[in-house]
Amino acid sequence: MLFLIIKRILLGLITLFIVSLITFVGTEILPGDACTTYLERQAFGEQLEACYRRLGLNVPAYERYVSWAVNAIQGDFGYSLSGEMPIKEVLGPRIKNSLVLASAAIFIGIPIALILGIVTALWRDKLPDVAISTVTIFAMTIPEFISATLLILIIAIWLEWLPGIVIVPTDVSLLELLPNIILPVIAIAMIMTAHMARMVRSSVIQVMASEYVQMAILKGVPYWKMVFKHVLPNALLPAINVVALTIAWLLGGVVVTEVVFNYPGLGRLVIESISNRDLPTVQALAIILASIYVSINLLADLMTLMLNPRLKTLQIRK
Amino acid sequence: MTEIIQKVKNLSIGFKSKKGEEILILRNISTNIKKGETVGIVGESGSGKSTLALAMMGYVKHGLYTIGGECEFNSSNLLKMKNRDLEKIRGRKIAMIPQNAGQALTPNLKIGYQIDEALQLHSDLKEEEREKKISELLNKVRLPSPETIALRYPHELSGGQQQRVAVAMALAGTPDLLLLDEPTTGLDVTTQAHVLELLNFIAKDTGTSMVYVSHDLGAIAQVSDRIIVMYSGEIVLEGPSRDILKKPIHPYTYGLLKSIPKLSLAGLPQSMPGSQPQPGTIHRGCSFFDRCDFSEEKCKNNSPQLEYLEELNTSVRCFNHKSLMNDSQVNQTVNEIKTSTQDKEILNLSEVSISYAKQKLLDQVLNRISDDNPTVKDININIKKGETIALVGESGSGKSTILKSIAGLLRTKGGIIKFDQNRNLSSDLKERDPNDLRIIQLIFQNPDESLNPNHTVEEIIAQPLKLYFGLKGEELKKNIIDLLQKVRLGEFYMSRYPRQLSGGEKQRVAVARAFAAKPDIILCDEVTSALDVSVQAAVLNLLQQLKEDFGTTYIFVSHDLAVVRAISDRVAVLYQGRLCEVGPSKDVYQFPSHPYTEVLLGAVLEPDPDIKPKLVAEDIVEEKPPQKGCSFQGRCSRILGDICKNEVPTWQITNSGNSIRCHIPLKELQKDQIN
Repeated sequence: MLFLIIKRILLGLITLFIVSLITFVGTEILPGDACTTYLERQAFGEQLEACYRRLGLNVPAYERYVSWAVNAIQGDFGYSLSGEMPIKEVLGPRIKNSLVLASAAIFIGIPIALILGIVTALWRDKLPDVAISTVTIFAMTIPEFISATLLILIIAIWLEWLPGIVIVPTDVSLLELLPNIILPVIAIAMIMTAHMARMVRSSVIQVMASEYVQMAILKGVPYWKMVFKHVLPNALLPAINVVALTIAWLLGGVVVTEVVFNYPGLGRLVIESISNRDLPTVQALAIILASIYVSINLLADLMTLMLNPRLKTLQIRK
Repeated sequence: MTEIIQKVKNLSIGFKSKKGEEILILRNISTNIKKGETVGIVGESGSGKSTLALAMMGYVKHGLYTIGGECEFNSSNLLKMKNRDLEKIRGRKIAMIPQNAGQALTPNLKIGYQIDEALQLHSDLKEEEREKKISELLNKVRLPSPETIALRYPHELSGGQQQRVAVAMALAGTPDLLLLDEPTTGLDVTTQAHVLELLNFIAKDTGTSMVYVSHDLGAIAQVSDRIIVMYSGEIVLEGPSRDILKKPIHPYTYGLLKSIPKLSLAGLPQSMPGSQPQPGTIHRGCSFFDRCDFSEEKCKNNSPQLEYLEELNTSVRCFNHKSLMNDSQVNQTVNEIKTSTQDKEILNLSEVSISYAKQKLLDQVLNRISDDNPTVKDININIKKGETIALVGESGSGKSTILKSIAGLLRTKGGIIKFDQNRNLSSDLKERDPNDLRIIQLIFQNPDESLNPNHTVEEIIAQPLKLYFGLKGEELKKNIIDLLQKVRLGEFYMSRYPRQLSGGEKQRVAVARAFAAKPDIILCDEVTSALDVSVQAAVLNLLQQLKEDFGTTYIFVSHDLAVVRAISDRVAVLYQGRLCEVGPSKDVYQFPSHPYTEVLLGAVLEPDPDIKPKLVAEDIVEEKPPQKGCSFQGRCSRILGDICKNEVPTWQITNSGNSIRCHIPLKELQKDQIN
């Protein structure tokens, strides 16, 4: 077991290393660099040389990679080009904002998704299932920029209940931020909840059709006891991985929604820094997003391992 | 008069087809189960036997519904009862023992909990008493160390142990009626015999009535007092089990009994033509009409009614039962198999060992072999051209593993596989040239999985022809039609998809595909175990015919020892990946010499209530072959002592050419057979 955990962590680190290499090489290959972008038309001769020296771009690429990596491990991603401020400081509040948005969506979305999925599965093909399933399929298929825009139109513009876009400084306090996030959270949670509810539904239906559930019925186990003891533990196990992916997707910045609502999170930062050709920030973002994905998936794998008696003993035996 | 505990009256169950037609799975079934008796329900897949058993618990599967009739228990109709009331009957009054206990036990709950759950629901015992009761129940089904078993999860037990747990769970509610749905089908022969013996004991001990559903007449013969034979949703014959097995007065039962291979008879049994009609396709006349040897004109348009014959205490659904009555002793005739074994050696396995263990990185680098106790070891077999050699043994004996290695799907770890005395086949698929691949073909157990569902029969058979011989156009088509005819399928099958074929037809297509490559050797991996008995005989006969026509060599793997007896020239008995005995089938079956062969053959169930299985050894499951000594030491009842534990026995050869690997001197082994 311990061996397995260590192996998984090592694999995750290797993945991160590869991601960092790819982003580094990618930014190298692209025509132009930080200095040509920064200096624009003045990018020649003495000025360009001076800029290269200042930013340390005059040394060979592999040396720059090593020094960048060593600093990145210590949390220092260098300086952002546009604002001339440490990337660390740019990232901090953005990560906090994204976390707030994601956790709100998770705390609202996951319980609703579980309940909807279970209800639709247990009342399969009956009225509750048909009604909920129709809604979830709609919620799943409408792209978020449309649902987000519609939300703004109806709730912010027509009804004037809530602010339509988020116009607050990036480092605003949590309390001030809260009323601003309601609409984005709804927009995100809709899609996420619908996806997960469908997943949970099919997983529960599959378990309900299994021989051991039929056996439990034939054993005389009362319905709800059967659902909670024999069905749900087995049906929700495979859902853990999907939940993990969803969380990773949320933390990684829901780019489109953040842009539509002008929300100062990681997703919008990605767009901003790409359009500003702020390569150091893009690099830092890539590696941070990758670490979020890797660590959350690692957590999910370990959780499945802990909860599934079958996998647990198999591992021990080997 | 004994009390009737379950009364099935005019029961019909079915489903609505896509066109809105009502299609019947069960057609007007009426029968009574009496207190203390064991009733066997026998029939092929799709005959409705499981649906009937489930209906006796008031359970109708999703998608099916009751069209008419009732299942009466304690004078109330279970099929109309509310779920809340059913919960009080299920498990307490009527309990089910499922077919596949491995899948019928909830994977995330411990064995002890699952039995405790039944006790909580159906008894008033307090927690401590329940704990004691769990141990008692596990003891009763003869599981070793009940306290530790109770703490295990289902997947940590072997198939036989899981089945025993299911029995214990069913007994927890002390039911009046036990329904058993193919309870031993997935088990090894020895385990099956032990579980049946246990069930017989429980029936006597507790006086519980049992309904035993199975396709296997052998198992039914061992347990039941009365037999119900079902055919496409109807009861065709019902009566005392001895009469039904010895003097069947319905043509279907008669044919069924004749198509089962017997241990005592070498040669292939006669097959029944055709297959059971799909539900919804019979509109008038007798449902068995197409396949019946005794049919007349009137059977075509009139459906016979179930007729009760007082003097025999038997009900039969046939116009002609009187003519069968005079002459229905099943005198089995078999088609003798011709041996076409030639002197020429075609495949030679010498010192072959195979291991599933992954090589560790360090061992790979140093190129050394790490596993000193491989799954399969010391296999030495010479296979002659035109021979049918069978590999037999329980699951885990390595028989399929050896096939995989010969086919190149699994690399051997040591030893040499040589084809035709000079070609080395010890390599795996990637290293074999196309001709090496062509000479060895495989037929798999389950044609549902071995035929690509998106290809037509034509495409399936065309593939080897194109690949190995580069055939095209008219020539290709001619060859395909030729092959289809050889496996007795008409030309019109070419455009069909596998899902449009019956099980037997699918397996014929798989056979045609194997022969398309014009192979020298065909590996048959349990080719008939997914088929119904009546179809099995036809496929066996076909294989034999093709072999005689083409001079092919078969390596036949099967867990069914009677099938092996019917088709093979030579048998190799395997235990834990080591050979125990190799010899001509005739000798091995008549004088089983190796203690393990004795155990295996003793456990075979014959469809005859007078032949009881002999249980020699315990059905323990060993996970790994022993490090040293004889492979069978752990279960041998005739173990000699340290010599068996420390030394691998050498081969002893009898006068008739039987090779036996045992420390017990030949004379003693043979002396015991006479007694």
